[in-house]
Amino acid sequence: MNDTIHDRRTIDRIALVAALRAVLPADAVLDQPEQLRPYECDGLSAYRQLPLAVALPADTDQVAAVLAACREHGAPVVARGSGTSLSGGALPHPDGVVLSLAKLNRILAIDPINRTARVQPGVRNLAISEAARPFGLYYAPDPSSQIVCSIGGNVAENAGGVHCLKYGLTVHNILAVEMLTIDGERLELGGDAPDVPGYDLLALVIGSEGMLGVVTEITVKLLPLPSCARVLLGAFDSIPAAGDAVSRIIAAGITPGGLEMMDGPAIQAAEDFVQAGYPTSAAAILLCELDGTVEEVEAQIDEVRSLMQACGASEVRVAQDEKERAAFWSGRKNAFPAVGRISPDYYCMDGTIPRRHLARVLEGITALSEEYGLPVANVFHAGDGNLHPLILYDANRPGELERTEEFGGKILELCVEVGGTITGEHGVGVEKIDQMCVQFNAAEIDQFHAVKAALDPERLLNPGKAIPSSARCSELGGMHVHGGQLPFPDIERF
Amino acid sequence: MAADRTEELAAAVTKAAAAGNPLRPVGGDTKRDFGRAVDAEPLSLAGHDGIVEYEPTELVITARAGTPLAELEVALAERGQMLGFEPPHLGDDATLGGTVACGLSGPRRPYAGAARDYVLGVRMLNGRGEVLHFGGQVIKNVAGYDLSRLMVGAQGTLGVLLEVSVRVLPVPGHEVTLVQELDAVAALESVNRWAGQPLPISAACHDGERLRIRLSGTEAGVRAAVTQLGGAVDGDGAAWWQALRERALPFFAGDRPLWRLALAPASAQPDLPGTWLIDWGGAQRWLRSDAPTETVHAAARAAGGHATRLRPADVEGPFQPLPEAVFALHRRLKGALDPHGILNPGRLYAGL
Repeated sequence: MNDTIHDRRTIDRIALVAALRAVLPADAVLDQPEQLRPYECDGLSAYRQLPLAVALPADTDQVAAVLAACREHGAPVVARGSGTSLSGGALPHPDGVVLSLAKLNRILAIDPINRTARVQPGVRNLAISEAARPFGLYYAPDPSSQIVCSIGGNVAENAGGVHCLKYGLTVHNILAVEMLTIDGERLELGGDAPDVPGYDLLALVIGSEGMLGVVTEITVKLLPLPSCARVLLGAFDSIPAAGDAVSRIIAAGITPGGLEMMDGPAIQAAEDFVQAGYPTSAAAILLCELDGTVEEVEAQIDEVRSLMQACGASEVRVAQDEKERAAFWSGRKNAFPAVGRISPDYYCMDGTIPRRHLARVLEGITALSEEYGLPVANVFHAGDGNLHPLILYDANRPGELERTEEFGGKILELCVEVGGTITGEHGVGVEKIDQMCVQFNAAEIDQFHAVKAALDPERLLNPGKAIPSSARCSELGGMHVHGGQLPFPDIERF
Repeated sequence: MAADRTEELAAAVTKAAAAGNPLRPVGGDTKRDFGRAVDAEPLSLAGHDGIVEYEPTELVITARAGTPLAELEVALAERGQMLGFEPPHLGDDATLGGTVACGLSGPRRPYAGAARDYVLGVRMLNGRGEVLHFGGQVIKNVAGYDLSRLMVGAQGTLGVLLEVSVRVLPVPGHEVTLVQELDAVAALESVNRWAGQPLPISAACHDGERLRIRLSGTEAGVRAAVTQLGGAVDGDGAAWWQALRERALPFFAGDRPLWRLALAPASAQPDLPGTWLIDWGGAQRWLRSDAPTETVHAAARAAGGHATRLRPADVEGPFQPLPEAVFALHRRLKGALDPHGILNPGRLYAGL
């Protein structure tokens, strides 16, 4: 498996480790197998690979020195934050160095009047909001791993969360980064002032999966904490009815802070796990959180309740207090571990679709589920169209992981077919590299490589991730579906 | 009549690339002065227009680059929606493509986001004349490098925009403008303090004499904020913000050099001679001043920001020089997307 992912290099391992030891303290270079083992995978644990070494620099100068040593020895560099990537973004390279940014974990400054925080990349996402809270501020993007995931990893992956419809993704909430290039340049991209002159290099770097540079400092935007947040739970007898309610809420000009859907299997698993009080007979539930000033939220609650009822909701509940609000959310927030309880393994997909195609895509997933004999539970960031089908499988059954991956790939192709994308917030990494050939044509893939070469001509930064080689795409052959136009659109696919 | 001129435009770029003839992509030519003069054959996007897809409940509109901005905004308004970054038109003929290529945003920008924040995807021609599609029509999308946002503000030097998908917002149910008699220092202090509180502020501008605050949201939410902030209600508020957006206030008239300084919003006023108009809650400060270019650049840089000279045009162009390493990277990226250097060469900077 790994040899098809990684382009192999010939590295003088002893000389490389000696070069790292020359620039870092002795305990900041790991090269023994038992030391390397914790770094062999990230959140996508189906893929494992030991690196040659792990470097643990403690400041920007040490990061620069590690990059210089790797450049000199031609060794690939895989930057790693907390290792929570769900797409194998931090999977080590067998001939390379894992560059851990975990020690760069200081919040450098909070500027309450300009509403910014300057932090090092190893700072945990939630730690920023905790530090900002005394000033009535917070950092908005909240990926589900926010307790542990690092802000540097969020920048690399352009991480999302449940509040993206209203508050945007990482790219909308970062003002500046300091980035080291593999050539050793230290660049300031973006700034405290808006709209820096020249190209929007900050937008290019955010979400580039550690392939264009290594970010060593980040300035984030802080927002005022809403004075009020209320949540409604609507139960529906069919998924199209719940989807219709989502469209009607948006059409009414309401932008909920969070708008989440779960299907029957996901509801059942969550209810069995955390007893959130969900109606387990429903085909779908919608959670709609409204936040803002008290006056705004009160006005919108009544409107959303009426809209849900007009769409045939069998039941609409409004959380009456903070405890009940937390209970409503607990089921959704624990949906992944809840599914983990009912199946030996599960595989989380991450496609995004234009919302109006929800019913069609879910029908397609159901048909594929029957075809592959693997059950699926669906959780859906309904506001922004980001779908997380969870495929239930057992890795100990021979061939089942491979079948699951193939099934997952088909789901992503379906997302592209309806005009969506293969990844909404988890990144391409190694996981979805083949589906990139479905979403992008050869000229587009070549354009990505040309951009990569402008920053990293030797392909030392996280090689083998995110952008497939043109050769790999042509071997897969003829899969490209662009703008929803499949070759031979008449052929039934599910 | 809407028309798709993709093939013809691609052929023109391919031919120009082969001959090494520079091209100057043009929409409505309303922002001609927002950049350096380019000696190149115009590549008109006029007639490559029309809304390709608009489904209001998806909060996304996709239109060809030559679509008049005014036409697009009418279509959105009919469905109670709008462009959240309130782009300045600066002329009747402004197009979607030119607007996105220039990356300009209006008064709502600090509270609702900039042009680049709303762009979800583009179809474009690179400098080889290849038709490429990046991003898409969905809000969450992290497949591949974000080359669609890289096009925003690149002024056609990295590619010719063919089609753009932008996120749209609902028109707020209720809007009120408050006026307070405050000097600039007090206004900066107030607006930045309020911006740290959950208030429905959607614009804040000090015109040299008084502070105007626009509140947007539900009627009840706006009414509560009016009570909290105080001040007189300006019945002509909407027209005033529109004039600010289009740089049509008296402040912008006349021949005195016009500068735009971008700063961290709560920054102290730079020590420069001239008259000021402070927008974006302090993050965008307009200056009429005869101070030499180097002086303005130095003052902006010292305050952690940058300055753009809008009028009069001079040979150096409007934009503050980039650090050497950043400029070198710009040149390499230009080479990656436009290897023959034919797209709007020198528009942003000499040698780019």
